[in-house]
Amino acid sequence: MSTTTAAPAAPAPVKKGGFTAAAANYIEDRTSISGAVKEFGRKIFPDHWSFLLGEVALYSFVVILLSGTFLTFFFQASMAEVVYHGSYVPLKGIHMSAAMESTLNISFEVRGGLLVRQIHHWAALLFVAAIGLHMLRIFFTGAFRKPRELNWVIGFVLFILAMAEGFTGYSLPDDLLSGNGLRIIDGLIKGLPVVGTWISFLLFGGEFPGTAIVGRLYTLHILLLPAMVLAFIALHLMFVVIHKHTQYAAPGRTQGNVVGYPVLPVYAAKAGGFFFIVFGVIAAMASFFTINPIWNYGPYDPSPVSAGTQPDWYIGFADGALRLVPPGWEFVWLDRTWSFNIIVLIEAWVTGDKREHHILDRPRNAATRTAIGAAGVTFYAVFWAAASSDLIATHFKLTMEGVIHTLQALLFLGPLIAYVLTKRVCIALQKKDRSIALHGYETGRIVKLPGGEFIEVHEQLSDYERWRLVSFEAYEPLMIRPNKQGKITMGNRMRASLSRWFFEDRIVPPTKGELESGHDHH
Amino acid sequence: MAQDENGGHELTPASSSDVDVHRAGDAGTAIVVRDAPENPGFPPHRPRVTDLDPKKERRAERTVYTLFYLSIAGSIWAVAAYMAFPIHDSDPSSVRLNNLFIGVGITLALLAIGIGAVHWGKALMHEKEGVDLRHPVHGSEATTERAVEIFRQADEESGFNRRTLVRNSLIGALIAFPLPAVVLFRGLAPQDLDPVEELSQTMWAKGVRLTRDPSGTPIKAADVTLGSAFHVIPEGLNEAEDMLEQKAKAAVLLMRLKPEDLHVSKGRETWNYDGIVAYSKICTHVGCPVALYEQQTHHLLCPCHQSQFDITHEAEVIFGPAKRPLPQLPITVDADGYLVARSDFHEPVGPSFWERH
Repeated sequence: MSTTTAAPAAPAPVKKGGFTAAAANYIEDRTSISGAVKEFGRKIFPDHWSFLLGEVALYSFVVILLSGTFLTFFFQASMAEVVYHGSYVPLKGIHMSAAMESTLNISFEVRGGLLVRQIHHWAALLFVAAIGLHMLRIFFTGAFRKPRELNWVIGFVLFILAMAEGFTGYSLPDDLLSGNGLRIIDGLIKGLPVVGTWISFLLFGGEFPGTAIVGRLYTLHILLLPAMVLAFIALHLMFVVIHKHTQYAAPGRTQGNVVGYPVLPVYAAKAGGFFFIVFGVIAAMASFFTINPIWNYGPYDPSPVSAGTQPDWYIGFADGALRLVPPGWEFVWLDRTWSFNIIVLIEAWVTGDKREHHILDRPRNAATRTAIGAAGVTFYAVFWAAASSDLIATHFKLTMEGVIHTLQALLFLGPLIAYVLTKRVCIALQKKDRSIALHGYETGRIVKLPGGEFIEVHEQLSDYERWRLVSFEAYEPLMIRPNKQGKITMGNRMRASLSRWFFEDRIVPPTKGELESGHDHH
Repeated sequence: MAQDENGGHELTPASSSDVDVHRAGDAGTAIVVRDAPENPGFPPHRPRVTDLDPKKERRAERTVYTLFYLSIAGSIWAVAAYMAFPIHDSDPSSVRLNNLFIGVGITLALLAIGIGAVHWGKALMHEKEGVDLRHPVHGSEATTERAVEIFRQADEESGFNRRTLVRNSLIGALIAFPLPAVVLFRGLAPQDLDPVEELSQTMWAKGVRLTRDPSGTPIKAADVTLGSAFHVIPEGLNEAEDMLEQKAKAAVLLMRLKPEDLHVSKGRETWNYDGIVAYSKICTHVGCPVALYEQQTHHLLCPCHQSQFDITHEAEVIFGPAKRPLPQLPITVDADGYLVARSDFHEPVGPSFWERH
């Protein structure tokens, strides 16, 4: 309504939309963000339930960051001795560290504090579990193959970091249970050759338990380790973008494309929604189920210990290993991680396959790999069970010695049995696939032909259904041939024998000719 | 980079002939089949019920916004619960209610957003799949050549490979410069202490009384009846500045057996007092307290990793991962009849360490 001059102004800018457009323009002028939107906004991601495992890991990490930040505002990472005067009556007047006292206060004085503590702990358990399952998915479907080998290694580092985060966090409240956990770690460190004594001495700032360890673990837990986890997650996701996501074989999908839904809007809705579902499930667990009730354990004291104590699940395998193996073997589990890790590179060397792989294997179609994975899982599971050996013994009224000896035997026999069984089951499933692809399904309908012959009618698959069964790659064992110098090298021999191990028993996918004639040519 | 993206365009009928254009490289021992079955291409699109039936579409829409409203209700619930369910000092169950009701509100708020958004994405959003084309991870010939050229040029302009003295001395300097930081970390533990020495001695010494854990009252030999066991700490431990550190080494278990049940080795004849023996409570495996005494069999059991020690045979290991017997504390009685140590342990207690002899 003010008076305006009628001076001829420059042509008025064309009005595009309202506030949103103006805001977008403001940001664009300063960030050039449209390039990123153009690049990523319609990026395609394939859909499958097994691809959600990594998402669960990522989202639970976000929940851990959010809840953990809240906890830092209340937690005192100090081992200074205080006398408890809080509202939890059974511990009144007890000497404890400031760390323990502040954890009790978070639980009993701060409204919603216990909830956030439990969200943090449940999310941490879920984080490690989701990483483990995600790794199994990657392993069994062959998603670690070229070009994704490095991302597998990065993921493995994240798994280790996650366990380190878990352990450092678990030790912070300075309660009896975590103190005993630290005592075990101290014993392990001291057992390291040459440097063990000094590492323990420096870590604890003198003798165990000292007054420094909680503060030091706190720095690791909230600064160093999370920064590393974040950096590695960024790297991990960057590689997912560079490689584009793998997909399962299906009609129309090739090694040269990615089929799925665009980030905007479908994936934003589904993945964004999934974050809230993961967070919601964690919140539900924290609302209904108590975890780590440190007030039952009391403050740390080197003398008492309660029987039947259990570590958090992801430390279980290490604790189990401690129970099963004689001293000096304590780091045998590193062997496992080592062998689990190295298989990735070995497989590429054995097959000599240098191509990129973007279509995932069905586990059955890589029988030997799947069998090795099953053996590894069994090995891990035995260690894990061993961490509860005392509970197994008391619960089922068995002798402690019997349980331990059985588990020791299973540690070696279990993986063998799992290997053989899995390989046979895989090959049987492949045979079933092949027969279905060639002959179709049995319908159970018996027809009498005019000549008196009875036949069962088979229903053929559609082309689309059949493609899922026949579109996989098979490998054959390597033939040893002399190299250019006319020699057969040791490396070549080894590669050939490994190759026989991997691929001697195999079912090749049917050819077009076989499919057309509808029966096998053996 | 962008020209090979399909920008999420909808599916076009695929020809399977482009399958291997992106797969350069040696196939190794993979079996290449000449007449492999052909990729049948994308199956025809099947619309959802919400695409076909406007009623169902409207219902899905209602479901989604109802869930989002429900989420708002959940958030309000949580805020209200924060005020309606305070924690009372005198009432431990108030913590449970506070936890439960705030938690239920937050859970509802989160799950309803999540389920609503996913349902929106699955039932209502345009759902035809899109396709992106892949390109080899290895950059194009021109790009990689240019990268090599840049490095070559940088080498030439700096003389990195030509001026070897400059280069090698730089590498040396870069290796050396973190060393001071490593040395600084020596300060993590006190400068004037030697860990081996610390680990080799405890508070026990000649004449130190054995007292009850945790009260610190001394124990008369007459109090220790046959078959009983005491958790023991040295006298004066509770007043010690470094109480926990000392306790972590000095905790002891005291038991009385029939003297004839003890198999005493040479040199240890005077270490027990009339069948009363004292052993370190710190497990020789990884240091848990060996707290469980089985009176009938005279076995000590470590609850952490189930090592078992036989007290009748000087605490030798009879089962489990521990390797060494628990160190024995030599004891006797003083003039007033109280149990006292004859000396410190004759070997370091607790888990093995490198410098241990």
